[in-house]
Amino acid sequence: MDHEAPIVYDLFGIPGFHINLSNVIMLTIAAIIVFCIGYFSAKHLKMKPTGMQNMFEWVIDFIKNAINSTMDWKTGERFFGLGITIFLFILVSNMLGIPFMLVHEETHEVWWKSPTADPIITMTFAAMVIVLTHYYGIKMQGTKKYFKGFVKPFPLLLPLNIVEEFANTITLGMRLFGNLYAKEILLTLLAGVGGATILGAVGAGIPMIAWQAFSIFIGSLQAFIFLILSMVYLSHKVMDEH
Amino acid sequence: MPETMIWGDVLFSIVTFVILMLALRKFAWGPIMNMMKQREEHVASEIETAEKNRQDAEKYVEEQRQELERARDEAQSIIANAKKTSEKQGEDIIAQSRAEAERMKENALADIAREKEQAVAELREQVGSLSVMIASKIIEKELDEKEQEQLIDDYVKEAGDRL
Repeated sequence: MDHEAPIVYDLFGIPGFHINLSNVIMLTIAAIIVFCIGYFSAKHLKMKPTGMQNMFEWVIDFIKNAINSTMDWKTGERFFGLGITIFLFILVSNMLGIPFMLVHEETHEVWWKSPTADPIITMTFAAMVIVLTHYYGIKMQGTKKYFKGFVKPFPLLLPLNIVEEFANTITLGMRLFGNLYAKEILLTLLAGVGGATILGAVGAGIPMIAWQAFSIFIGSLQAFIFLILSMVYLSHKVMDEH
Repeated sequence: MPETMIWGDVLFSIVTFVILMLALRKFAWGPIMNMMKQREEHVASEIETAEKNRQDAEKYVEEQRQELERARDEAQSIIANAKKTSEKQGEDIIAQSRAEAERMKENALADIAREKEQAVAELREQVGSLSVMIASKIIEKELDEKEQEQLIDDYVKEAGDRL
């Protein structure tokens, strides 16, 4: 049950530039699915929305509300694209690993799984969000005010504030990874039990369904949490603290 | 778990994310949000129009009500006028006919008087011609004075009786 990742070492002959082909494929598939959802929702735009358009408008309102709950819309409007992409991309990535998992029989390489069950991907997203918070912090508040933010509420907290930035990054990425990894592990175990014997299939069937349903819940919840936390971190950096 | 840092994944996920973000903006939420904004404006303008229409309708109803009131007043006054006029006309007619009757009566009286005078005048003429006839008869008969007198008296008396 030891799964390996299909890693290509030293891609394009660059030393140290390795790439996980499974992640590449799964991220691409997730991105394509998200894009298709968006594209087909917006294909036949009507004044009176129907079907897909209605659903996507609901998603838009949902993201809007999430942003509104952390900052005022005037500031938050520019983060809307980031928010909706984070939410849909992570949501679809989380969902991808639920129905099945593809593993190479001989090499035990996992090809189909949730890309968000890989710490590198989640940490990348988390780091990206945190870097963006600093970027927008400097851009919208000015350098002086941005650095002043580190000595608030009083200068003694400066080391704590710096540590907080790293802590934020790690918790943001690791929370998502931990949840999704646990989901994958348990699904793998249940599938392993179910595939081993007939008794196992009978015994694991109901827990499998239950866990898949719970995985859908976890996947949606974690996508939402990632979105909300990103917006909270952004609002901390771009809004005047009261 | 990979033992080495897989930088390719980092790069790839960021690139994918950015491309997806731009593509979604261009093809998905950009146009949909535009449509939502448009719809918002549409709804707002529709509400405004409806509000305006309602106010207009209210104004028209008020106007109509006043118009109706005025028409009713006018009708009332017309009826009152007509009543007054007809009363006056009736009185006039009665007065006129009374005057007419008076006039006719007077005319009739005048006619009677004239007829009477005419008759008297005619009689007088007749008396004259009768006298001439008597005279000629007397002359023809060559009566004596006494008989003549008697005759004249008779005739006169006769004429007097006739009158």
